[in-house]
Amino acid sequence: MSNNIYIYIGIMAAVTYAIRVLPLTLIRRKIKNTFLKSFLFYVPYVTLSVMTFPAIIEATQSPVAGAAALIIGIVLAFFGANLFIVAAACCTTVLLLELFLS
Amino acid sequence: MKKEKTSHSTYRIENNKKAFLSGLRDGFPIALGYFAVSFSLGIAARQAGLSAFQGFLASLLNNASAGEYAAFVLISANAPYFEVAVITLITNARYFLMGCALSQRLSPETPLRHRLLLGYDLADEIFGITIAKRGYINPYYTYGAVTIAAPCWATGTSLGIIAGNLLPSRAVSALSVALYGMFLSVIIPPARKNKILAGLVALSFAISLASSILPLISDLQNGTRTIILTVVISSAAALCFPIKEEIAEEEKGEK
Repeated sequence: MSNNIYIYIGIMAAVTYAIRVLPLTLIRRKIKNTFLKSFLFYVPYVTLSVMTFPAIIEATQSPVAGAAALIIGIVLAFFGANLFIVAAACCTTVLLLELFLS
Repeated sequence: MKKEKTSHSTYRIENNKKAFLSGLRDGFPIALGYFAVSFSLGIAARQAGLSAFQGFLASLLNNASAGEYAAFVLISANAPYFEVAVITLITNARYFLMGCALSQRLSPETPLRHRLLLGYDLADEIFGITIAKRGYINPYYTYGAVTIAAPCWATGTSLGIIAGNLLPSRAVSALSVALYGMFLSVIIPPARKNKILAGLVALSFAISLASSILPLISDLQNGTRTIILTVVISSAAALCFPIKEEIAEEEKGEK
């Protein structure tokens, strides 16, 4: 027997929302502890970095295209291109390289 | 009415309107990126047997790329409900850390309803642009970005379910890096201005690569590995490079 998709969706939504809203509602004051403060400052950068590489070269059909997209993305972001430009340039790089490489 | 430079903790109607519009503007590129990414997510949702409406609902209520993807993979295997709850918890645990970080940027007087609403779409990119603002966060800025980004995320998912199979695999491959492009645009600009952050990004890349190859840790599910690496690397950085609050505010504010 197949499980109900709506129950799956309900479970996913409830768990995700709880994870997000608990710290926002329960932590009401400034954290004074230097370690915790520093930890929370570094968290977003580390998480996003870890999720980006090497996943970006595994996401594409050709790893070379993914690596090129990574480099192009870093260079454009470094020089201040906005989010959409960076994302679009990464996609275009993969599209073109996979067209010519294969 | 004369405009005063008020502290960020006081929400004035005209400030809120301005913040909302500014959020809409900054949310636009996110919405476009979301559209591309959620389209490829829709392809996974289709394989899990979700209808276009169910995909729309799942994305509208979850706003989580990796979390939804992992859950769809389990749903396609008709996994027990409990397993879906656990995988959702693991893949989305980073939002807990982001929520902790964001809580420190809310004025202590921020009412409960704003905290409940902000929790709705505390996703990577929305978090990125929100935390990049200087001083206390005006929730209306985030609402502006969410107003345009969340519907695009949900619509993209259902379109992926409807039309995903029509797209050539080349196009799907190209679209799949949109997500990472968005991540780069959040982490690279601050790393340009702060050498510690730059080193941390490079180190995270290296350790993440190593842990995807090395035995034992490479067997772990991606979400689990992300959490372990995040906690270990961020703790090490916090121990080696503790920051004073003023500096932290400064770095976060720059963009």
